[in-house]
Amino acid sequence: MSYEIVARPHQQNFIDWAKDKPEVLVLSADLTNSCEVGKWRDTYPDRFFSMGMAEQNMMGMAAGLAREGFEPWLHTFSVFLYRRPLDQLQMSIAYPALKVRLVGFLPGIMTPGGVTHQAIEDIAILRAIPNMTIFEVGDATEAQSVLDVAHDVQGPVYIRMLRGEVSRIFPVTEPFVFNRARILSTGTDITLITSGIATEEALRAVPLLQARGVSVTHLHVSTLKPFTDPQVVAALKSAKSGVITMENHSIIGGLGSAVAEVMAENGISAPLQRIGLKDTYAHGASQKFLMAEYELDAAALVKRVEVAVGRKLDIDESELQEQRSINVHSSAKVEAL
Amino acid sequence: MSENSLEVVREIEKVAHGIRRRVLQHTISNNGGYMSQACSAAELLSSLYVGILKFSAVGQPIDPPSFIGVPAVGPHTYQTGAQFHGEKRADLDRLISSPAHYALVIYAALIETGRLREDGLEHFNRDGSTVEMIGAEHSPGFETTTGSLAQALSQASGIALARKIRGESGRTWVFMSDGEFQEGQTYEALQAARFHGLSNLRVIVDVNRAQCDGPMDTVMTIEPLADRIKAFGWEVSVIDGHDITGILDASEKKTDVPHMILCYTDPVRGLPILANRAPVLHYLRFTSADERAQYEQAYQEMTK
Repeated sequence: MSYEIVARPHQQNFIDWAKDKPEVLVLSADLTNSCEVGKWRDTYPDRFFSMGMAEQNMMGMAAGLAREGFEPWLHTFSVFLYRRPLDQLQMSIAYPALKVRLVGFLPGIMTPGGVTHQAIEDIAILRAIPNMTIFEVGDATEAQSVLDVAHDVQGPVYIRMLRGEVSRIFPVTEPFVFNRARILSTGTDITLITSGIATEEALRAVPLLQARGVSVTHLHVSTLKPFTDPQVVAALKSAKSGVITMENHSIIGGLGSAVAEVMAENGISAPLQRIGLKDTYAHGASQKFLMAEYELDAAALVKRVEVAVGRKLDIDESELQEQRSINVHSSAKVEAL
Repeated sequence: MSENSLEVVREIEKVAHGIRRRVLQHTISNNGGYMSQACSAAELLSSLYVGILKFSAVGQPIDPPSFIGVPAVGPHTYQTGAQFHGEKRADLDRLISSPAHYALVIYAALIETGRLREDGLEHFNRDGSTVEMIGAEHSPGFETTTGSLAQALSQASGIALARKIRGESGRTWVFMSDGEFQEGQTYEALQAARFHGLSNLRVIVDVNRAQCDGPMDTVMTIEPLADRIKAFGWEVSVIDGHDITGILDASEKKTDVPHMILCYTDPVRGLPILANRAPVLHYLRFTSADERAQYEQAYQEMTK
C-alpha cells in the first residue's frame, strides 16, 4: 500500500486557516520552526508571541489571553506541554475551562531526543484532568482538519500532532470528525483499535491477516477524550477472538485503558491485549528502531493476533516490509529536533 | 498629590482600620484567621480599593452568591468574583489578587468599600458558600484561581497583553505576596512581561517577610528583591507599606515598562500583641482562653 506523502502538512494549512480568525494567536516556546509555525510567525507577526523556554508562564499568559476572548494555540513538543507546567495547565487553564489549544509535536517515541523528549504518558495524565478534550491525529488529512474540530470546542484541547513528512491515509474529503472513529475494515474475529501513528503501522499487517483468514474490525480513533463513540462499543461487542489496542503511548492510561474501561462498563467479555510501551521509559533512537524494540510495530501486532486466534499465521517479516508504504519509518530519515 | 488628597488619605486610613477590625473580630469569633495578613496589607489594599483602582461602582453592596459549580466546558459565562469590582470596561482597571489565602482580608476590604454586603463574612468558610477560606475565581474580589501561588502574575500578564493588543487604556493590577518570589514561575513572568512591553501591568507586593514556616529569611531569602526585579528590566518602587501617601505616589508613576511597588510592611501593625506569636505569624489560632481574652481586649480598644 502506498500513500501520498505530504511535506509539512501543518505549515501552510494553519496559515490559510487562521487568515480570517483574528482571535487565533500562536504562543511558542523556542521550538517555532520545529513545530512548523515559523512561516506563520512571519505571516502574522502581530499575532505571534514568543514565550521563550518558560512553559509555566506560557500557560498562565495563554489563560489570560483566553479569558479576554483570544484563542491561543500553543506550539511546542508534546512533552513540554504537560510535564513541567502541569499545575499551571490545570489551575490556570483546565479548571476555568478556557479555550486554549495545546498543539503537541513528536508524541511518544517519534523523537530521537530520548526520555526527556518522549511524551509516553501524556494521554494518561491529561485524560484524568477535568474539562480537557484530547485529540490524536493519524495522518496528514487529520493534521489539517483537526483545526476546525479543535476550534469548535468551548474548552481546552490537547492535540497530539504530526509534522514533517506525513502520509495521507484518509481522503481530504473525509476530514476529522469529533468523537467519531474511522472504520477501516470490518470482521468478526479480532477488533483492532489504533490511534496516531499506530494506525498506519497496523495497516501494514491487516491485509496479510485477512489473507490468512483472520477477519478484523479495525477502528482508527482520533478523539481520546471524550471516549464515548457508540461505534467503539459496537465494534468491541463483535470481537469473537479478542480485542487488541495499539498506541504510541504507555499501555497504562491511554487508548488501551480507555478501551478496557468501555469494555468493563458495557459488560463486554473478551481478552484484551494492549500494544504500547509496557510501563517503561524509552531512549533516544530512530522511530523504526524503537517501534521494533518496544514491540509497537506491525510484527508485534501479528504476534498478538496469533495469540488471540490460537494459531501461527506464518507472516514473514519480508511480507510486512513490502507493505511498508513509504520511507517515514526508515532509519535513513532521522527526525531532527 | 492632588488637592483633595487629604480627604482620600483619611478615607483610606478609615478603611484600613476597618479591615483590621473586621478580620480581628472574625478571627476571635471563629477561633482562627489570617490575622497578620490584615495587619500587613491593610493600607496597601485600602489604598488600592479607595485611591488607586479605577473601578465602576457596584450600586448596592453585593450579596455573595452561593457556590453553583465549577467552570464547565461551554460558552464562557461563569460568574467570577470580579463582579464585586464593577463592570469590565476598556478604560477601567482590573485587579488580580494572587495570594488567595488573603481572602479574608480582601473580603473585609470589599465590605469596607461598600462592594460586599456587611454580613458577607457570615458565609466565610461555610459549606456551599463562595466566600471560601482560600479564594477561587468564584469568590468575592477574585477573578482567577490562584491558590497554587505565583500563577496570577502570568495570568494577569496574559490579560494585560490582550488589553494591549486591543489598545485599552485601563491598567491591569496584580496584588502579590512576597513568598511568591520563591517560585520560579514568578521570574518567568517578570522576563515575559518586560519582553512583551506590558507597561499597562502594575504589581503591588506585600513584603511582610513572613511565611507559613516563619520569617522568610529563615525559610528561603528573596533579598535583594528590588535588585532582582530591576535586573529583569522592571521599574521598581520600594516604599513603606503603611505610608498611604507613599503608596498613592508610587501608583501614579509613569513608566514605559512594567512597574512593581514593593510595600515593606509590618505583620503585626495595629495589633502589637500579635508579636507574642513570633516567629510564626502565618495563621492565628488561639491556644488558650487567656490568649483569646487578650485579643478580645485588643478588639475592644480597636472599636473605641
